[in-house]
Amino acid sequence: MSPEEERVPVPERGPEERKDDFDEVPLGYTPEQAMEEAERCLQCAKSPCIGGCPVEIEIPNFVEAVAEGNFQEALEIMKEFNVIPAITGRVCPQEEQCEEVCVMGNVGDPINIGKLERFIADYARENDLEEAPEIEEEKDLSVAIVGTGPSGITCAALLGQNGYQVTMYEALHEPGGVLKYGIPEFRLPNEVIDHELEYLDELDVDIKLNRIVGQNIELEELEEDFDAIYVATGAGSPRFLGLEGEDLKGVFSANEFLTRINLMKAYKFPEYDTPITDMEKVGVIGAGNVAMDSARCALRMGADSHILYRRTTEWSPARDEEIEHAKEEGVTFDTLCNPKRIIGDEDGWVDGIELFECTLEEPDDSGRPSPKILEDTEHKRDFDTVVIAIGQEPNKVFYENAKGVDVKDWGGIIIDDETRMTTKEGVFAGGDAVSGAATVIWAMGDGRTAAQNIMEYLED
Amino acid sequence: MHKITEKERLNEEMTRIEVEAPLVADKIKPGQFIVIRMHEKGERVPLTFYKKDKEKGTVQMIFQKVGKSTTELDTYEEGDELLDVVGPMGTAADIEDYGTVVCIGGGVGTPEVFPVAKALRNAGNEVIVISGFRTEDLVVCESDFDKGCANEIYITTDDGTYGREGFTSDVLEELIADEDTSLDLVHAVGPPIMMKVIAEITEEHDIDTRVSLNSIMLDATGMCGSCRVEVGEQMKLACVDGPEFDAHKVNFEELMQRITMFEEQEEEAMERWEEENGGCCR
Ligand SMILES: Cc1cc2nc3c(=O)[nH]c(=O)nc-3n(C[C@H](O)[C@H](O)[C@H](O)COP(=O)(O)OP(=O)(O)OC[C@H]3O[C@@H](n4cnc5c(N)ncnc54)[C@H](O)[C@@H]3O)c2cc1C
Ligand SMILES: Cc1cc2nc3c(=O)[nH]c(=O)nc-3n(C[C@H](O)[C@H](O)[C@H](O)COP(=O)(O)OP(=O)(O)OC[C@H]3O[C@@H](n4cnc5c(N)ncnc54)[C@H](O)[C@@H]3O)c2cc1C
Ligand code: SF4
Ligand code: SF4
Ligand code: FES
Repeated sequence: MSPEEERVPVPERGPEERKDDFDEVPLGYTPEQAMEEAERCLQCAKSPCIGGCPVEIEIPNFVEAVAEGNFQEALEIMKEFNVIPAITGRVCPQEEQCEEVCVMGNVGDPINIGKLERFIADYARENDLEEAPEIEEEKDLSVAIVGTGPSGITCAALLGQNGYQVTMYEALHEPGGVLKYGIPEFRLPNEVIDHELEYLDELDVDIKLNRIVGQNIELEELEEDFDAIYVATGAGSPRFLGLEGEDLKGVFSANEFLTRINLMKAYKFPEYDTPITDMEKVGVIGAGNVAMDSARCALRMGADSHILYRRTTEWSPARDEEIEHAKEEGVTFDTLCNPKRIIGDEDGWVDGIELFECTLEEPDDSGRPSPKILEDTEHKRDFDTVVIAIGQEPNKVFYENAKGVDVKDWGGIIIDDETRMTTKEGVFAGGDAVSGAATVIWAMGDGRTAAQNIMEYLED
Repeated sequence: MHKITEKERLNEEMTRIEVEAPLVADKIKPGQFIVIRMHEKGERVPLTFYKKDKEKGTVQMIFQKVGKSTTELDTYEEGDELLDVVGPMGTAADIEDYGTVVCIGGGVGTPEVFPVAKALRNAGNEVIVISGFRTEDLVVCESDFDKGCANEIYITTDDGTYGREGFTSDVLEELIADEDTSLDLVHAVGPPIMMKVIAEITEEHDIDTRVSLNSIMLDATGMCGSCRVEVGEQMKLACVDGPEFDAHKVNFEELMQRITMFEEQEEEAMERWEEENGGCCR
C-alpha cells in the first residue's frame, strides 16, 4: 500500500505497560497526525460515510476542517450532530458504521473517522476551544429525563440548548449510565465523561442523583411537575444462564463485576471500601463488548483471563479493536465451547466449568453460523471465578411501576415509531430501554430524535 | 449531604443514628431499607429503617458494628454528614389484619422488626414480639415494644442473663404448643440461621411466615445480581423483589453460603482500618 492508502497509526501504550493498570490504552492523535490522517479523505461527492453514521454527521466537512487545521470549525460541525464526540470517538463500532462504507476502504484503509472525532473532542477539551453554549431564549416548559446514560445526556443537551428547563433523575450516585459503571476507564476515562457532563451544567440542566423512578419517586409525581418526560433507563438488568452452580461464590454477572471494579473502584480496594474477590483464573462466558471489558478487567486484577465462546472469534459481536486489545494483553480465547454447569468445591466456591465442545453449522437468524453442541464432549476446565456476560435486559423497577407505559414481553418499552411517545401521553422513551442492549451512538441518536419530538409536542 | 442529627451508642455493638433525609422520611414504609454511603471512597451499605419523623425530615437506623464500614460509621458524630442516604429501597411489608402475628427479631434484627410490628398492631392484629440477644448487655428496643406496640413481649438471651434463657425459636415452639393461641402469621428478621430454624418450625405447623433477607448488596437498584437469592426455585433479587420473602420457599443454605463471599476482603479491610486508627474502636 502506498502511504496515502495507509492510516496514520494511532499511538498506543504497549500491552506490557498497560495490562496492569486502568489508564487509557490508545493515546490519540497529535494535531499533526490528525491533519495528516484527515488529508487522506477523498471528499467523495456521494460521501457514503454520512449514511453509515447513525446520527449522520457531516463527516467530509468535519474531516476537511481538521485537514486544514481549523479545529474550532471542526468542533462546531461535530457538535451540531453529536454532543459527546469524545465518547463516541472512543467507543463507537466505527468499523461497522461510518468506516465500513468509507470509499477509501476500497483501495486501502478507510479514514480513521473515530480517532479524528476523538482527537477533535480531546483537543477542544485540553485547549479550552469550547465556548459557552448558546442557549435559546428560556422557555417556560419543563422536561424530566429519567436516566443519565448517553441517551438521556443527548436529549438533555438538545432541550437545554433550546431553552427548556431540564431535570434529570439518576438511580445511582453518579451520572453517566453504562459509560461510568460498565465501560472501564482504560477505554473511556471518567474525566472524559465528566467533561461532557459539565456541558449539561453550563446548560443549567439539573441532575438529581440517587432518585430511582418507580422506587423512591413515582412517574406520576414527575407527570405532575413536568410538561414532558423522556425515559432512558437503559438495559441494566443482568441476564443469567440458569445453569447449575450459578449461585456459587465466585460467580458474577458482568454488571456486578464491572460495577464493583469501575464505579465502586474495587481495583483500589482497600483504599476504596467495595471489595472484589481475589482471582487467579477467570472464565468470562460471552464474547461481546461487555465480555471483552470483563476479561480485560480480570487481567488487570492480576488473573489469567479467558473468554469462553461458543462460536469462533470472527463471529464475536465485540468491536475489532477490543478483541485486538484483549488478545495483545494476553486474554485467552477459548472458542467453540458451551458451558453445561459450573462446578463448586465443598466450601461453595467455584472450582471450574464443565463445557461441551461445539461446531458451527448453517447461519441462524442473526446471519452468524449457529453453534451446535457436540454430545459426549463434556470436560472440566479449572476456574476460580466466572463472569456471565451474555447480555442485559431492561430493569423492571421503572416499567413495573409506570402505570400506562406498556412494554414488550421482554421488557422493552413500546413507543410510536413516528412520535417516539410511549403508550402514555407526554411520556417518551428511547435508548437501550426501548431497543434492548445496543450501542452508545444508537442510544444517542434516540435521545436526539426524542428531543426533537418532545419540542414539537410541547410547541403544539 | 445528610447531617447526623442524633447519635446514641446503645451498647458495645449497636448504635442508633438519626439523619436528615426528608425525601426518604416522606415515603419510607415498614420493611423497607435505606442505602448509605459515608464518603467518596465508601461502599453502599444497606440498613433497615427503624423510625422516621416526617416533620423533622429524618430517619433512624440501628446498626451493629460487624466490619470496616459499620465500625467507621460508628466514628461519625452528631453534626457530621453522610454523603448519600438513599431510599426507600425494596418492597414494603404487607400490612393487613391477619389475626395473631408473631414478630421475631434476632439481635440487630429487633429494631428492623419494630416498625413492622407497630404497623401490624395498628392494623388490628394481636402482636406477639419475641426478641433474642446473645446476652443482657445487648438488649435493645424493649421499651419501644412496651409502648403499646406489642400485646406480649418475650426477650431471650442465649446465656440467660436477661429474660428467658435460650433462643427465639424456643419461645415460638411454646406458643405453637399452647392450645389457647392460634398463630396466623410469623414475621422474622435476624441472622439467616435463626430465620431458617423458624421457617422449619412454622412450615411443620403450616403457619405463613415471612423473612427479610440480608444478602450482599452492591447497587440495591436491581442492576447487578449480587443480592440474588433462590426463592421457590426461582432467582430473585433481594433488593428489588424483596427483601421480604415467603420463608418456606427460601433456599437458606445458598444464602448462608453466599454471604461469606467477601470474608477474606472484609477481614483485610478491618485490619487496615484498625492499623490506621490505632486499633481503638473495638
Ligand atoms: C460493559 C459494556 C460495554 C459496552 N461497550 C460498548 C461499546 O464499546 N460501544 C458501544 O457503542 N456500546 C457499548 N455498550 C453499550 C452501550 O453502553 C449502551 O448501548 C448505552 O450505554 C445505552 O445508553 P442508554 O442511555 O440507553 O442507557 P444506559 O447507559 O444504560 O443508562 C441508563 C441510566 O438510567 C439509570 N436508570 C435505570 N433505571 C432507572 C430508574 N428507574 N430511575 C432513574 N434512573 C434509572 C441507570 O442507572 C443508568 O444510569 C456497552 C455496554 C456495556 C454494559
Ligand atoms: C436489606 C438489608 C438490611 C440491613 N439492615 C441492617 C440494619 O438495620 N442494621 C445492621 O446493623 N445491619 C443491617 N444489614 C447488614 C449490613 O448491611 C451489613 O452489616 C454491613 O453492610 C456490613 O458492612 P461492614 O463493612 O461493616 O462489614 P463487613 O466486614 O464488610 O461484612 C460483615 C458481614 O456483613 C455482611 N455484609 C457485608 N457487606 C454487605 C453488603 N454490601 N450488603 C449486605 N450485607 C453485607 C456480610 O454478611 C458480611 O459477612 C442489612 C443488610 C441488608 C441486605
Ligand atoms: S458517531 Fe460513530 S458512526 Fe458516527 S461518525 Fe462518529 S464514529 Fe462514526
Ligand atoms: S467516504 Fe471516506 S473518503 Fe469519502 S468522504 Fe467519507 S470519509 Fe472521506
Ligand atoms: S444489589 Fe444489585 S441487584 Fe440487588
